[in-house]
Amino acid sequence: MNFRIFKSSIEKGRVTLKLDEAGIVALPEIENIGRDLKRAIHAKFGRSFHIREVDTGSCGACESEIIACSNPLYDIQRFGIDFVASPRHADALLVTGPVSKNMILALKKTYEAMPEPKFVIALGDCAKDGGAFKGSYYTRDGVENILPVILHIPGCPPDPLTIMRSLLSFMHDFPCRRA
Amino acid sequence: MNTQDYIKNILDSANIKTSGFDMLRRDELYLTVSAADFAGTCSLMHKKLDSPVMTFFAEDLREASGVFALYCGFLSLQTRSWIFVRQNIAQDDPAFDSLAKNIYSASLFEREIKEMFGIMPSGNPDLRRLKLHDEVWPEGYYPLRKDFIAPRDLPAPGPAYRFKRVEGEGIFEIPVGPVHAGIIGPGHFRFSSAGEPIVNLELRLGWTHRGIEKLLEGMDTSEAVKIFERVSGDTAFGYSLAFCRSAEKIFGIDVPVRAQLLRVIYLELERLYNHANDMGGIALDVGFSFPAQFASLIKESILQLNQKISASRYLKGINAVGGILQDIDKNKAVIIREALGKIEKDICSLEDMLLTSVSFMDRVDATGILRANTARDLGITGVAARASGIALDLRKALPGIYDTLSFAAAKEHAGDVASRLRVRIAESKESFSLISQSLEKLSSCSPEIKATGQVKEGIAFGYVEAWRGAVLVWMRLDRDGKIARCKIVDPSFHNWDALSFAVLGNIIPDFPLCNKSFDLSYAGNDL
Repeated sequence: MNFRIFKSSIEKGRVTLKLDEAGIVALPEIENIGRDLKRAIHAKFGRSFHIREVDTGSCGACESEIIACSNPLYDIQRFGIDFVASPRHADALLVTGPVSKNMILALKKTYEAMPEPKFVIALGDCAKDGGAFKGSYYTRDGVENILPVILHIPGCPPDPLTIMRSLLSFMHDFPCRRA
Repeated sequence: MNTQDYIKNILDSANIKTSGFDMLRRDELYLTVSAADFAGTCSLMHKKLDSPVMTFFAEDLREASGVFALYCGFLSLQTRSWIFVRQNIAQDDPAFDSLAKNIYSASLFEREIKEMFGIMPSGNPDLRRLKLHDEVWPEGYYPLRKDFIAPRDLPAPGPAYRFKRVEGEGIFEIPVGPVHAGIIGPGHFRFSSAGEPIVNLELRLGWTHRGIEKLLEGMDTSEAVKIFERVSGDTAFGYSLAFCRSAEKIFGIDVPVRAQLLRVIYLELERLYNHANDMGGIALDVGFSFPAQFASLIKESILQLNQKISASRYLKGINAVGGILQDIDKNKAVIIREALGKIEKDICSLEDMLLTSVSFMDRVDATGILRANTARDLGITGVAARASGIALDLRKALPGIYDTLSFAAAKEHAGDVASRLRVRIAESKESFSLISQSLEKLSSCSPEIKATGQVKEGIAFGYVEAWRGAVLVWMRLDRDGKIARCKIVDPSFHNWDALSFAVLGNIIPDFPLCNKSFDLSYAGNDL
C-alpha cells in the first residue's frame, strides 16, 4: 500500500503544479495573487499574518470556504497566512455570521484575548449587516455592531479566490509598520 | 390496506377515539385526539409503527380558534406515509402531558416547545432551554407566539445554565468551547472524565440560533427559498428541496420529470462533496494527513464542478417552487460525466489508502460505538443511523423519482467510526451510479424544468434524505400564500445527542474522531 501511495505521488508530481491532471482547474491567478500577497505580508507583517476565526452564527458555508483556502490547491499558508487555534497567537480576528445574541460575549472575550495591534475582518454577507437573517430577534445584524471592523469580505459565501483577493487589497492599503 | 384503515385498526385495538381523520395527501394523515388521549395515542403509534418521534411542534392558532395546536409526527413504513397526531391546547394555562416519559425521542422537542411557546410539558424532568440561552434571554418571552414582539430592551436575564454534575473520586470536568480551536461552528462540550475515559459528555448548543422559524413567518415562498439555502450551508440544496417540496404539495404542482431528475443529480453532488470532506476529516483527526489532503482536493474538484454547471459552488439559487432554475444540457452532461469519472477513481484510491492502512483502521475500529438500541431510542437518522443497523433511508422508504432508479441503501452494524466511514464510502459509490442513471434518462425527457401553480393556503410536509440524514419541513401557508408557521427538523437535532452516548468510555483524544465521524451541523440544529 505504502508503495502505491509513493508511486502515485511520483506520478502526479506536486499537485499544486500539475493540477489539470488531478481533474481540477488550475488557475494561474492563484499563483499571481499569492506572490503579491506574500510580498505584502513580508513587508508589512514581518513575514506572516496569523488569523483566528470565530463563527458567530454562520450557516457553515463561509467556514467551508475558509478551510478550502488551506487545501493543496490554494494552500494559502505558503504565502504567509496561517489560521491559528488561539486568539493569543493572532494578528486578526476573522468573524463570520450575523452575530447571534448567544455569541456576543464569546466574541468579545476572544477579541480581548488578542494582543495589540489587532484587527477584525468580517467575512460573508451575514457578517456585514445580518444578510439573510437581518432583523431577526436573535441576531445583531453584523459584526460592526459589536466590534470595530477594518475589512469586509463580501460574498455568500466568498470563494477562496475572493478571500485571497480581499486580503491582498487589505495588505496594500495597510499602513507600513515602520515609517 | 390503505393508511386510514391501518391506523384505524391500531386505534380501535386500544379503544382510542379520534375526533377526526384527515388524509391530506397520499402520504400525510392527520388524526385529532383529545388532550387526555394524546400521550396514549403517541405511545401507541411509537410502538405499533416502530417509529421514533420524527417531528413534534406547536402552532399558535389563538387568533383564529383560541387554541395552540400540537402535532407529533411518526413515519409509518408499513403504509409509506407520515402520521401526525394532533391535539388542541387551551390558551390559558397551556400545558400537556409529557411524552418523554415513554418516548425518549420526544424529550428534546418538548424542551423546544416549552422555550419557544411557553407550553408546559407536565412531567418532563428536564426543562432547561436549548436555544434561548438563560444568560441573554429572560424567562417569559416566547418568540414563536404570534403576539411576540421583539423587545427593545430585555430585562436582566436569569441565572447561568446548570450542567449536570458527575461527582466522585478522581473525576474532573473539562469545559470546551463555544469557540473551538479549529475553523468550525460554535458549541460547548462539558466532559466529565475519570483518568482518560469519558464518563459523561454534555452538549450545550444553540450558539448559532438565528431565529429562522420566526423570520420565515409572513414570508413569500420565493423569498423563503433563500433562507432555506442558508439554514445549513453544506446542505443548501437539501434544505431548499425539502422546502420546495412542501410548497409544491400545498399548491398542487406536479414537478416535471426532468426537474425531478435534475434534483436527484444536484442532491447527489451535494452528498458526494460532503462525504469526501468527511472521509478526509476522519483521516485528519487521526493525523493521517496524506489522504486528508487528497480528500480536500476531491471536495474542491466537486465544488468546481458545481460552479461550472450551476454557477454556485454550494448549489444555491437552483431550486424554486415548481422545479429547477438551472438545466443540465448535453454539454454540461459531458462535463459532469468526465469530471465524475476522475472523481470516482480518486474516491476509490482514497478508500484504498484508508481501509488498507493498519494503523488507521486500528484507530477507527471499535471507536465511538453507538449501539442499535440507543440509536433507535434516540430516533437518530441518516449516515449515523445506517452505521448502527437502522436501515432508514427516505430515498427507499418514500421513493418518488428514486423508484425509477436502481441503488442500494448502505447499512452497517457495528456502529463505530469505521462503520460510519464505510457507510459514507458505499453511499458515495451509489451516488455516482444515481447521477449517471439520471443523466441517461435526461436525454429522453421533455425540456420542461419548472411548472407553475396557483397560490393556495394549506399545510404540508416536505422531506428529503439529504447527505446527513432526513431533513423535514412542516409548513402552513395562509390565504395570501405567506408562511404562517414553519417547523424545520435537521438530522443533527437527535444525532448530537447520540454523539454524547457514542463517546462514553472512549478516551478524550478520540473525541474529535468520534465527532468528525458524525459530522453534525451546528447551524441546522440551532436554527
